[in-house]
Amino acid sequence: MELLSPVAPGWGGTLLVGLLHSIEIAIGATCLGLMIGTAGAFGKLYGGPVTRDLLAIYTTVVRAVPELVLILLLYYAGTDLINQVLTAMGYQRVDISGLAAGIFVLGFVQGAYSTEVIRGAILAIPQGQIEAARAYGMSPGLMLRRVTVPAMLPFALPGLANLWLIATKDTALLAVVGFFELTLATRQAAGVTKAYLIFYLAAGALYLALSLFSNLVIGRVEAWSRRGMPSVKEAR
Amino acid sequence: MSAEASAINMAARASIWLKPHRIVLILIALALVLCAAFFMRWDWLPQYWEMGLMGIWRALWILAVTCALGFALAVPLGLAQAGGPIWFSAPAKVFCTIIRGTPLLLQLWLLYYGLGSIFPQYPWIRESWLWPYLRQAWPYGVVALTLSFAGYEGEVMRGAFAGVPRGQLEAARAFGMSRWKIFRRIWLPQAFYRALPTLTGETVLQLKSTPLVATISVIDIFAVSSKVRQDTYLTYEPLLLLALIYMTITGILVFAFSRIEARIPVKIG
Repeated sequence: MELLSPVAPGWGGTLLVGLLHSIEIAIGATCLGLMIGTAGAFGKLYGGPVTRDLLAIYTTVVRAVPELVLILLLYYAGTDLINQVLTAMGYQRVDISGLAAGIFVLGFVQGAYSTEVIRGAILAIPQGQIEAARAYGMSPGLMLRRVTVPAMLPFALPGLANLWLIATKDTALLAVVGFFELTLATRQAAGVTKAYLIFYLAAGALYLALSLFSNLVIGRVEAWSRRGMPSVKEAR
Repeated sequence: MSAEASAINMAARASIWLKPHRIVLILIALALVLCAAFFMRWDWLPQYWEMGLMGIWRALWILAVTCALGFALAVPLGLAQAGGPIWFSAPAKVFCTIIRGTPLLLQLWLLYYGLGSIFPQYPWIRESWLWPYLRQAWPYGVVALTLSFAGYEGEVMRGAFAGVPRGQLEAARAFGMSRWKIFRRIWLPQAFYRALPTLTGETVLQLKSTPLVATISVIDIFAVSSKVRQDTYLTYEPLLLLALIYMTITGILVFAFSRIEARIPVKIG
């Protein structure tokens, strides 16, 4: 048990730092994914034929290839591309921080999934609401802010909440490319102390606590987004 | 349907598909593929060809075994949660929550490194017939993937079992069926039909989890591509080919499941 204490001889502090990195990446990736997803959903619904086809390719490919392979590909390709652009423009090569690369890679993957979630949610809005907004002469930006987003939230939130939980767990995959997050921290701590079972169980408890806490918050947010709508139980 | 009608049907479908911009996109894609074929290095392919096939075979084998075992485990898990007494449903719920709340990579490493380091300490395990298997990596991978599949699919089966209308079960009981017969003839088939669409998605997700076993030194197709990358210092070629292989397998899986789904009556319950 002393092994898990947060101060120097124990490794609890290392694990907590790892957890913090995991949460940072999950939040960043979810935000980036939401941005890509919103843009992608609007592109798929209202874009021209070429935009639609390209987005269809993006979502299909990302959802068909394992995250681990995508992470490796994007990690190497992304850092390579940035460095090549920089050298072509006459700048020095830079080391991409693991945090930025991880957020970019996971965000790109999350973007494909959230595109589909948000597209489905927008399709679930009664068409009359959007038509009414148009009839009022709202600009697209205002319509998005006042009508589309608030109306789609109750439909999108369960799917997006699921994506958040997937994001927190996908951060573990970054351990394979050597980014210091909870799983890699656990592996290092376990490797040094040889107390494998204790550390992996502790890390599992941390991930589980994060998931359960997220579920609690998500439940509140979902209830808030559904305010004013008839409850599902009564509708039956 | 006559051959003529199906030919017209095919032509109509093709004309929906082949619009001018699509033809341009297909040409661009072909050009990209040709560029990749000519300007990238593929001379390592003949050497690693057999190893790659072996890796694909191993990945598919792991996928099939873990999905089958996982589903067999998911049925009692779902049943316990849907209609079991509390001392069955509570442990099942806890199991599903734990599996779904922690990353698969961590579960895998917990089993392989954690349990794997505990086992050798007990002489009676080392003398048992299981020991030759416990010394290898793949049983840990299979167990971890099976438990993971069971956890996710158990939750799906809970919903599927709960979704079967009560009237169906009551009618079966009115026929004088025994409880086992009701389960076998009414409850399970209808729940299975309900769960089938999600089963496709879960199987694809499971396929995408199989490369994780490469991190505990099982030589699947992902591990083969890592080996190629280490041996030849190539970054992109093995990874691109690997992505293509997984996309092909996914495509085949989705197609196969859609054929199975098409054979099942749409109107249920």
